[in-house]
Amino acid sequence: MSHTNEQETLRVSKIKNGTVIDHIPAGRALAVLRLLGITGGEGHVITVTMNVKSGKLGKKDLVKVEDLELMAEQVNKLTLIAPTATINIIRNYEVVEKRAVKLPDRITGILRCTNPGCITRQPMEHVSSKFIVVSKTPLRLECEYCGRYLEEEEVLKQLTQ
Amino acid sequence: MWKFRDVISILDYTRDELEHLFSVTDRVLERPVDVGKPLEGNIVATAFIEPSTRTRLSFETAAKRLGAEIINLEPQLSSMTKGESLTDTLRMLDDYADLIVIRSPYEGSAKHAADICEHPVINGGDGTQHHPTQAMIDLYTIRKLKGRIDGLEVGVVGDLKYGRAAASFIYGLTKFNVRKIWLVSPEPLSPRPELMDRLRKMSVDIVKTENIEEAVENVDILYVTRIQKERFPDLAEYEKLRGSYVITRKLLSRAREGLKVLHPLPRVDELSNDVDDTPYQAYFVQAKLGVPVRMALIGLVLGVF
Repeated sequence: MSHTNEQETLRVSKIKNGTVIDHIPAGRALAVLRLLGITGGEGHVITVTMNVKSGKLGKKDLVKVEDLELMAEQVNKLTLIAPTATINIIRNYEVVEKRAVKLPDRITGILRCTNPGCITRQPMEHVSSKFIVVSKTPLRLECEYCGRYLEEEEVLKQLTQ
Repeated sequence: MWKFRDVISILDYTRDELEHLFSVTDRVLERPVDVGKPLEGNIVATAFIEPSTRTRLSFETAAKRLGAEIINLEPQLSSMTKGESLTDTLRMLDDYADLIVIRSPYEGSAKHAADICEHPVINGGDGTQHHPTQAMIDLYTIRKLKGRIDGLEVGVVGDLKYGRAAASFIYGLTKFNVRKIWLVSPEPLSPRPELMDRLRKMSVDIVKTENIEEAVENVDILYVTRIQKERFPDLAEYEKLRGSYVITRKLLSRAREGLKVLHPLPRVDELSNDVDDTPYQAYFVQAKLGVPVRMALIGLVLGVF
């Protein structure tokens, strides 16, 4: 094992309990936290590692959240910005579960419809956005209200900026 | 299959369901005395947040002919002028009426209304998106005048980007086996990508063109639409495009025998008055049929037909 890989393994495995999100596309770790609604204010120890070498991705980010096991519906949202991510649930330093990230059929409330005339864009009406996944690769969503498409580029823009 | 169901998009209906609506409409037209006043004691609310002539008045006429009472939200005289939301307004109407007909400038507002209201909601037009009852009238008009919808070539002309009547009509045509649909518009007013995508998935034979002459020579039905000035973010763009197509008696002299011209109305300058007294004119018939089709629709949704 090379020195770099050894260091990386240590980074991944060293929490006692919690969740490790690995293989995040480089540069998106902070967006991942934002998408999960983790602000740091919850009190968990959070480690963010960015731009480390990865055989699979070239470069990747990873996020460790201690003493928090992420639920399937939380991690599924990650496919919008980190389709390659893998989720490891850690208990007593051991990986007890690898959760696959699966794109849900519907995305509610995370993204904004790009159509200013959509009912979900009217501030007085308080209607949450709802999108149906029309295509996974490339990602294409359809607003359930106004039918407009939301393309992958726009999804990434909204979630990473 | 119709009872208490919200009417949001023509895409939600099967051909069989539409055929059933048409046969009930035939009955309403042919035997009005037998139809009677089955909705006595019912209240129909119209909530038109956007201007309307034919849609609102034909819904009101239809409901009254069936014996229902009408309550009519006048946005300019309501608490909406004080900033009350459409959502709260709809909740109130849902408490007062048995059926709500809504028109709004916001896309998706009819679906939202259906989500929050217990009583059935009929979409009278939501922004640029859907106008399902107009499409039902359009299809019924074709069936009545031509005896069929299957096998026809249909041209849809004008504002295919912002026009909800055009979009719903095109979607409605896909429920039947039309031979070909000609989409005729200047490039900036081409149908939105999601509409074209749906048409591609449905394997409908489509010709997209800017050449109105060629379309007129080939179609059995010419559906003309107004350029939707009120939807343009930039009025200068509207001014550039207005008058792109004008359907005149002279242009129609190239048409096949039996061609019928439809228009959801109102018209501005895209359809010349000199067509009014020709055999091509079917738009006044179409407007008139708005009442019986909406009678059939309201009766089906409220479960009396």
